[in-house]
Amino acid sequence: MGSRASTLLREEEIEEIKKETGCKLCQNAPLYLSQTSITNPVFNSVFSREDFQRIPELAINPLGDRIINAFFPEGEDQVNFRGFMRTLAHFRPIEDNEKNKNAAPSEPLNSRTNKLLFAFRLYDLDRDDKISRDELLQVLRMMVGVNISDEQLGSIADRTIQEADTNGDNSISFNEFMKVLEKVDVEQKMSIRFLH
Amino acid sequence: GLPHAADVTNHHAPTNESGHQKKPFPVLDLNYEHVQTPFEISLWVLLASLMKLGFHLIPRVSNIVPESCLLIVVGLLVGGLIRLAGEEVPPVMNAEVFFLCLLPPIILDAGYFLPIRPFMENLGTILMFAVVGTLWNAFFIGGLLFAVCQINPGYPLELHQLELLPCLLFGSIISAVDPVAVLAVFEEIHINELLHILVFGESLLNDAVTVVLYHLFEEYAGAGTVTVLDGFLGIMSFLVVALGGVLVGAIYGLLAAFTSRFTSHMRVIEPLFVFVYSYMAYLSAEMFHLSGIMALIACGAVMKPYVEANISHKSHTTIKYFLKMWSSVSETLIFIFLGVATVDGKHHSWNWVFVTATVILCLVARVMGVVGLTYIINKFRIVKLTTKDQFIIAYGGLRGAIAFSLGFLLDEVHFPKKDMFLTAIITVIFFTVFVQGMTIKPLVELLAVKKKQEAKRSINEEIHTQFLDHLLTGIEDICGHYGHHHWKDKLNRFNKKYVKRCLIAGDRCEEPQLIAFYHKMEMKQAIELVEKGGAKMPAIPSTVSMQNIQPKKAVPQERMLGQLSKGKEEEIRNILRTNLQRTRQRVKQLCYSLTVMKPTADDVPTIHVDLASPQSPDSVNLVDELKKKSEPTSDADEGLVMRAPSQNRSEESDREQQKLMRCLSDPGPNADEDEDEPFLP
Repeated sequence: MGSRASTLLREEEIEEIKKETGCKLCQNAPLYLSQTSITNPVFNSVFSREDFQRIPELAINPLGDRIINAFFPEGEDQVNFRGFMRTLAHFRPIEDNEKNKNAAPSEPLNSRTNKLLFAFRLYDLDRDDKISRDELLQVLRMMVGVNISDEQLGSIADRTIQEADTNGDNSISFNEFMKVLEKVDVEQKMSIRFLH
Repeated sequence: GLPHAADVTNHHAPTNESGHQKKPFPVLDLNYEHVQTPFEISLWVLLASLMKLGFHLIPRVSNIVPESCLLIVVGLLVGGLIRLAGEEVPPVMNAEVFFLCLLPPIILDAGYFLPIRPFMENLGTILMFAVVGTLWNAFFIGGLLFAVCQINPGYPLELHQLELLPCLLFGSIISAVDPVAVLAVFEEIHINELLHILVFGESLLNDAVTVVLYHLFEEYAGAGTVTVLDGFLGIMSFLVVALGGVLVGAIYGLLAAFTSRFTSHMRVIEPLFVFVYSYMAYLSAEMFHLSGIMALIACGAVMKPYVEANISHKSHTTIKYFLKMWSSVSETLIFIFLGVATVDGKHHSWNWVFVTATVILCLVARVMGVVGLTYIINKFRIVKLTTKDQFIIAYGGLRGAIAFSLGFLLDEVHFPKKDMFLTAIITVIFFTVFVQGMTIKPLVELLAVKKKQEAKRSINEEIHTQFLDHLLTGIEDICGHYGHHHWKDKLNRFNKKYVKRCLIAGDRCEEPQLIAFYHKMEMKQAIELVEKGGAKMPAIPSTVSMQNIQPKKAVPQERMLGQLSKGKEEEIRNILRTNLQRTRQRVKQLCYSLTVMKPTADDVPTIHVDLASPQSPDSVNLVDELKKKSEPTSDADEGLVMRAPSQNRSEESDREQQKLMRCLSDPGPNADEDEDEPFLP
């Protein structure tokens, strides 16, 4: 089970998380999450990778490992509740009044750009701000399975990069990534309804 | 008596010779009754098609006035002409013809090409509008009409006679948004996908509600009262009608998909299966008083992914164009017939109060319904519907021929006011189609509503969208929130594991969606390139993919490309062989003549044939054969060189592959045809 510090969430921490992630119902989140195998109700507020891996559906998800890694900050093996909610906050639906807020000090976590940045980071494992052909190939291989030959995947990857690459560096930068997805309704796609 | 010959040749003449004159044998005879029905049908179809052609030749008019309006006007003119000629207007808008012949092609076309993704994503909203919205419209209009009729002092006797139930029936007929009218108008304004699917989806799904309400009120209008039990039965009936229709459609869809698995040897009749199974689905549903429209939509939507994986490219094109053609002709005919039926004076009884009240109430009910429902729906939607959206949805609530046909079906005994109903229905239809149809385009421009994005889906979008799907499914699983993505993922897995195996022939059942998409895209691009005139192929990616045409065990062979390359290979080999034969013969002759002339064999001439040049077999250069033999040329395009047959073949096949690239979309290899033509265009 691993060593876990069972710390109760303090009021101040909850307030801070609320501010950072904008989740009004943050306090109720443990109740939601207690339905899964991740948490023991309420008390446990630190998660390790095994907790995530115990979820059966994640095991068959092609991107399962990467998603789990996305929750854990660089090099660490544990994430506290705050970090967990921070990551989840990317998937909060964008509210109308927020779209008009121009004077926000920093962009809210669930803005379109940040949502796309989150997805981009799942591709870009080595954090060099570019999706290289190899990284793309890895993702394609995960999504497509084992039956397809390497050459075919290679040609798809080449085609993808050729389509998106505007500055000729043979990889997809974040701006190019955003441009390619401008027609996709990211706000609707990358939002989970209950995270209001 | 008459000679035998005359008897034999003159069948129509009576054999009794006394008193009857022998008729001369009719060289030219007119027998119209024999061909009357098909002839008239063909005339109508021809008229409809010519009208359609005509409108597009006059660009200015077709920009302002939607086609449906023009067609109704044509119908009016034709009907008017017929009346002027003193003939009776043919009862063309006969409910049977409409429901059994004219409506199914349009709905099948819509269902087969229904964009499933946006439809499913907005299904909740669509159902709300279709079910709750239509119910609200029906009761509001019916109820208030009844009240108006009771209150009205103008024609006391006539309208007071109108009871509540017939009013409610009328309300239910007039409340349904019509898919034909919506399609006709929305097609021309190119509105964004969301609004299009909302209004169109609503018009399709409200059929179930209309069917139930119609039969319910029709049954009980005779009895005069409706009890709570009847209401409850009505709800049950609605569920049966809707779900039953979908079920019937899905069953026929699966049957069609299963059948298409075995059609690899009989490609020509593939489209027929699609059409016949769908039509049977519609008829079966109608037989049980289930919703035929929903059956047809379900059938088309269910069978499409599997059928498309099984059928040939040509069948796919055939299906697409047949459906478009039939639905287009149907639509045109429907509007023309509406015009003709209007002129038919038998069924009209104009009543100012009733008609005006109907029109106004329809508009009011629609606006109130949309606004109210959107308020509720927006609480559950991630991307909310704005006021602009609501306006377009309300404004797009067009009525059409379905309402008219349903009115036509009413029994005059039970509904003495049938004529008045029909007049009111026609007026509403005219109002919505003309006024709303004509003004919606400028309004869309004025309000700057988002338009449809024309560009095709790129491979990036496909990959990243799938990526996001997986990501969101994972996140939902982590949160324990079984939302949209979770169920979609489960359905996909089920589909992949069990259903695809049964319904898709050969290796393609294992093909991931991404690969299928990629192949389709590559093919489209290749065809486009060839159509542009054989322009240079783009750089690396396509070349690499062409190599995958070669059959490899691990790679599922792309259907059409595989066949083409094999056939083409054979053809190429044949051509090359024949050329080889000719040149060999010439070489022999030349060698002979040269050796005769030059006894010393130092410079033995070789033949160098340049296949790439248009004069291929005939341009012969003399090249040193011996030299060529020792240094094999790697220049593929230089041409054919005399060498040992085995080496030739491998070079041939390399060159064949590259020439294959240029012949990719050759319509149909028939080896005999192409033999004598120059190999390269």
